[in-house]
Amino acid sequence: MQEVMLEKAKELLQSGAVDRVLGWKAGEFAYDITPCVFASAQELEAGFVYNDFCGNNLSKYLIKESRKGGKVLAFLKPCDTYSFNQLIKEHRIVRENVLVVGVPCQGMTDGETLKAKGVKGILGIKTEGEDFVINTLYGDRTMAKKDALPERCLSCKSKKHVVYDELLGQEGDKLDSGRFDLVNKLEAMDPEERFAFWRGELSRCIRCNACRNVCPACSCEKCVFDNDASGVAQKAAADSFEENMFHIIRAFHVAGRCTDCGECSRVCPQNIPLHLLNRKFIKDINTLYGDYQAGEDTVSRAPLTNFTEGDAEPSIVTKGGKKA
Amino acid sequence: MQRIGVFVCWCGSNIAATVDVSAVSEALSHEPGVVFSTNYQYMCSEAGQNLIKDAVREHKLTGVVICSCSPRMHEMTFRKAVASTGLNPYMVEIANIREQCSWIHKDKAAATEKAIILGRAAIAKVHLNAPLTAGQSPVTKRALVIGGGIAGIQTALDIADAGFEVDIVEKQPTIGGKMTQIDKTFPTLDCAACILTPKMVDCAQNEKINIFAYSEVEEVKGFVGNFHVKINKKARYVDTTKCTGCGECTEKCPMKKIPNEFNLGLDNRRAIYIPFAQAVPKVATIDPDHCNMLKNGKCGLCAKVCSAGAIDYKQKDETIEREYGAIVVATGYNPIKLDQYDEFAYSQSPDVVSSLEFERLTNAAGPTGGTLLRPSDGKHPHTLVFVQCVGSRCSQEGKGKSYCSKICCMYTAKHAMLTREKYPDTEVYVFYIDVRSPGKNYDEFYRRAVEDYGVHYVKGMVGKVTPRSDGKLMVQASDLLAGEQMHIEADMVVLAAAIEPDKSARPLATMLTASMDTNDFFTEAHAKLRPVESPTAGIFLSGACQGPKDIPDTVAQAGAAASKVIGLLCKDQLTCNPCVAHADQLMCNGCSSCEKVCPYGAITYEDKEFRMPDRTTAIRRVASVNEAVCQGCGACTVACPSGAMDLKGFSNSQIMAEVDAICKM
Amino acid sequence: MQDVKTFRPKIVAFCCNWCSYAGADLAGTNRLNYPADVKIIRVPCSCRVNPMFILRAFQRGADGVILCGCHPGDCHYSTGNYYARRRMTLLFSMLDYLGIEKERTRVEWVSAAEGAKFAATMNEFVETVRQLGPNKRLEDLRCKK
Repeated sequence: MQEVMLEKAKELLQSGAVDRVLGWKAGEFAYDITPCVFASAQELEAGFVYNDFCGNNLSKYLIKESRKGGKVLAFLKPCDTYSFNQLIKEHRIVRENVLVVGVPCQGMTDGETLKAKGVKGILGIKTEGEDFVINTLYGDRTMAKKDALPERCLSCKSKKHVVYDELLGQEGDKLDSGRFDLVNKLEAMDPEERFAFWRGELSRCIRCNACRNVCPACSCEKCVFDNDASGVAQKAAADSFEENMFHIIRAFHVAGRCTDCGECSRVCPQNIPLHLLNRKFIKDINTLYGDYQAGEDTVSRAPLTNFTEGDAEPSIVTKGGKKA
Repeated sequence: MQRIGVFVCWCGSNIAATVDVSAVSEALSHEPGVVFSTNYQYMCSEAGQNLIKDAVREHKLTGVVICSCSPRMHEMTFRKAVASTGLNPYMVEIANIREQCSWIHKDKAAATEKAIILGRAAIAKVHLNAPLTAGQSPVTKRALVIGGGIAGIQTALDIADAGFEVDIVEKQPTIGGKMTQIDKTFPTLDCAACILTPKMVDCAQNEKINIFAYSEVEEVKGFVGNFHVKINKKARYVDTTKCTGCGECTEKCPMKKIPNEFNLGLDNRRAIYIPFAQAVPKVATIDPDHCNMLKNGKCGLCAKVCSAGAIDYKQKDETIEREYGAIVVATGYNPIKLDQYDEFAYSQSPDVVSSLEFERLTNAAGPTGGTLLRPSDGKHPHTLVFVQCVGSRCSQEGKGKSYCSKICCMYTAKHAMLTREKYPDTEVYVFYIDVRSPGKNYDEFYRRAVEDYGVHYVKGMVGKVTPRSDGKLMVQASDLLAGEQMHIEADMVVLAAAIEPDKSARPLATMLTASMDTNDFFTEAHAKLRPVESPTAGIFLSGACQGPKDIPDTVAQAGAAASKVIGLLCKDQLTCNPCVAHADQLMCNGCSSCEKVCPYGAITYEDKEFRMPDRTTAIRRVASVNEAVCQGCGACTVACPSGAMDLKGFSNSQIMAEVDAICKM
Repeated sequence: MQDVKTFRPKIVAFCCNWCSYAGADLAGTNRLNYPADVKIIRVPCSCRVNPMFILRAFQRGADGVILCGCHPGDCHYSTGNYYARRRMTLLFSMLDYLGIEKERTRVEWVSAAEGAKFAATMNEFVETVRQLGPNKRLEDLRCKK
């Protein structure tokens, strides 16, 4: 696929259809894939990659790239196209300045996940059927994908692109892969256990802001946490409010807008399953207000800017009616 | 840092009995920024207000906290007092230590402690208050009256009389409403047409009044002083500028069997028709559901006979867009449908009629030329039974209306009296729950019916009406006072049907964002003190759309609504609420979330050029709030993900400061 | 844990200006008692209440937070409480998911005429929170030491 994409990118650059290409390039280590804007065939030849480590969602970069003038080619995986649509809906991306080329994705792993499985000295990766073949300093290692993929890919919601101008490879389908299973599991616990679980997870947060920086929904011109007038921002970490509430407020801010791309959990250096907060909102919205997938289209009204007269009362939570 | 003055009111003993006011003023004097703190018997009194004014001047206060009764009571008083010193009135905050403290607590220590905390919260808020200036918005000097019955007519005439332009929108082909169908009016028994039709003509001739008959309001946008309304003028297929109302077409039209709405279907009209002789505007209308020419292109007789050349089969609905400063709702009422009252055999016998049908049967312009005849066989009825409260004062779920329809007692007395006067050979029974006749000369009127005209008033309800094969109606009833069952062989039964708001009222209320009660009557801004205003600014209520009313009440309310409209239209500028939303465009993402939740359409987007931190410029889509339209609900402030949207007077940081002050250990 | 009898919870009540704040005033006018633990913050509409305010209250030591607004369909601004209803439903559900006792949060629709309902609601809510004892969880979610 990398070769096909490279050819496509060079061809479009050559013909003048696009001025720049947004893709991925290798970093210091094989699994350190970085988003990159390529301006020429030479740059592409030198650095462009597309492999099973290219998990980065490129849509957020288009907020800036689509405003720079000229046209940019963006390679988007199915999951990335949802974020792209959502950003179009929020008027964040200038659509006419982007040429979206949809690329297939069979699930992306990352260094952290593999290292956690005991894989060391990673030099490269390739897919062979249902397996990853990982090239390491100690030789090739074959792992079943189901053992080597992060949770977000194991419970992938869709292999279908919701928007593209051109498509490379085979189009996939929307999937029902039980992405709410973990939420259900947490809901089934008693409050003490849940509190203990989240306290354990959130206590590890070092407030590095990686989740916020990578999140395509967290694309505010200025984040409320950096804005004195918002009442939540504090310069020093002395204020326990911001510390304690950061993830809850962040999850609420993206509720109804989060496409469930799972980037927050991928980038978290402390491995906090942040996407489980967002998924809770998604699950509640689906249950209470009807199925809604952010980014599926660019026109539908988001659940939090909408209502029906017969909506459930907040007491549905208190009375536990929702669990039924 | 603000210089804050704290003023604790005793409210006589209302506050002071339960709250230690000196302890409160003492405790609050130590709060940061507080440079003056005192307490006084009645802060709202002239002496109290002077105390505040003097302190503001003397201590150069920049913020004022008053611990007193509810801000709903005296916020305005204190703002005005403070404004008179030159300090911005929005630098005042009230801590409600009466309704929400002294009056609900008995323990003095707890109440005092709470009063101090409430005072602290108000001080914390004042620290973040900023002077606010109310904006101004212009007033379009034209009123819209929706509904052209007696309510709408009277309101329009009164507004026009004051020199303002008025448009009347009426969905029927003519104005006049229900009153045109009524024969005589209580308690004076003058003929309805004689007193109504001159007013209709006045409307037509008044150069300030513009009648859009056969039209409906389609869309309402805007706000008080600046409504933008779309009116759909339905196609009449007749050029109203050419039609002379001669009626030639209505004689020649071959479609003769169409139930005549004006006579409630008791006789027929043609497919081209003029509702009645005194219609305004007096022009013909083609009923597109029954006209052969419009349905299948065959006929065209009316066009042939029209010497004015007014017939236009190709006419289309027309949308009129106009600006108004005020809107008056005068959508009126209808009698309820009686189909479900099977016990009275309404749907089984044509001789069981509603009271409004009875009006038509006694009216000179009605189907019988004013002679009372039974609809079934055209014979003179000898025994008539009137049943009151059919569907009114009914507690049964889903059947009738819980309210009293107010007008039925009087018109039934009128019907009974007139019947006895014109036909002394008749026996007339009236069955009632109570007779309600509180109005000028009303009770006298009812007593005349009983005493002078010999109408049999029976307290009790009719249980069943059974039509007999010989045409008689067997009425089975109970006389509650005598405690007996009654069986009457009647020739006619007249049902005083409950009245309900017109069906068009509910969708109209949604368009106007005006509130309604569960019965679909429009809600007034205050049941006693603001009876002709809707809570929605700029919307006024006239007539039965607000509740059941007879003609004198309707006309009185119509005049009152007009005077309110005139009061509004007299102003060149309206002062807006300064507590409105404001978008910080530097932070705005342009995502449109706020726009979607704004009920007033106050938020628009513009592409604006911004200097970026890296010295480049960028064009960004940003929100801006129309301060004249914004009502200050704050829905947008929460919808906004970036916190760019904030509400003046209730800002995020102000509310957070109150929260902090209350929760502080 | 403090004794249930002596424990005085901190309760923050957000009331919309048009219905619930007026309802609270009416409770006062009718001298209907409810505990002094309840402190009311006036907001123009229930839709003005940002979930952040509620979180802030909890984190600053509130033991319970209640939001009162006009009954659905009666909002002074026609639709505000409908948005508030969705926001609060989702927020409460999230708090529950995090293991914060859901009984500490509540939404109640109180009209300007329902002074008695206001007082009864507050009595009931204060009692519920009193039984739960002091709120530690939101203050402590990140294990601050």
